[in-house]
Amino acid sequence: MTDWFSGEWPWYVAGPLIGLFVPALLITGNKVFGISSNLRHLCSAIIPGRVEFFRYDWRKAGLWNLVFLGGVLIGGFLASHVGTAHDIAISGETKIALSRLGIHDFSGVAPRELFNWSALLTLRGFVSVVVGGFLVGFGTAYAGGCTSGHAISGLASFELPSLIAVFGFFAGGLTATYLILPFLLRGI
Amino acid sequence: MTTTSLPAIEASGTSGSEHHQGHPGFFLVYLLLGIAFGIVLTRSEVVSWFRVQEMFHFQSFRMYGIIGSAIATAAASVALIKVAKLRAISGETIAIPRKQLGSGVRYAAGGTIFGLGWALTGACPGPLFALIGNGVSVMIAAVLSALAGTWVYGWLRPRLPH
Repeated sequence: MTDWFSGEWPWYVAGPLIGLFVPALLITGNKVFGISSNLRHLCSAIIPGRVEFFRYDWRKAGLWNLVFLGGVLIGGFLASHVGTAHDIAISGETKIALSRLGIHDFSGVAPRELFNWSALLTLRGFVSVVVGGFLVGFGTAYAGGCTSGHAISGLASFELPSLIAVFGFFAGGLTATYLILPFLLRGI
Repeated sequence: MTTTSLPAIEASGTSGSEHHQGHPGFFLVYLLLGIAFGIVLTRSEVVSWFRVQEMFHFQSFRMYGIIGSAIATAAASVALIKVAKLRAISGETIAIPRKQLGSGVRYAAGGTIFGLGWALTGACPGPLFALIGNGVSVMIAAVLSALAGTWVYGWLRPRLPH
């Protein structure tokens, strides 16, 4: 069975499978698919402080979602331990563009040169992991959702706020790709 | 700006009664669904920094095809649920809370800030956790930093335009 499993799933298989999590969660318990609210639930559970945004019953609102998130971590572990590992088959153009920026190791899911503990002490590693992570947490909380909550759940319900958010996702993503990463990765 | 002008703090991701919350069977269902989602995220390669870069360079249709067909599948399912007036297995009526537009600033500004982080880390929140499972353990630092970012947003919230 591992042949089809460990190969690259075509987009028209992967996309609909991801989309099916919206009705699966609605039908199971009237839950709205969205990952980033878990960051808020975790803040509420661990360090609510005196911040109104974190003063609510996180167990009632989000325990189901935190359990789901724990599953995502386990699923990532299982999927990466079945079948043979292979490089991500990105387009040749992207490979050339990234090589010019100083990315040489194309094995694994993320460039090992940037995403390892010792790279945190370099500017590019620190910005990629720590600054990037902070912006993910701040931005999704401000926007009230991420790729799952806005792009998939929100757009599936034809929500205008989600469309604005998704335009923002790409505005930010393109800015980082064309105006930040070229300088950051070359080590300027 | 006073806190009263802020949009209501909705208990995200849930609506209706919570009578099944204590039922351990439901948590097993959410755990299994989460595991399935982690497997799909990993195997579809959307967890990959390389795929995210390829997308933002417009050098492959793949990610657009995945996101687009995910939205189409979800939209068709939601429409079907509404037409058929389905009830959840838990017994609740399925009702998706509407999002409040307000001035729209939070969506444009928050979305852009998240987009910057998405391209830098190469991961949105689901993939951040799936990547830890994949063995990219440094993403633990990214998650801790994301929690700090969410916390700082909560703290600044009364002073930010929404």
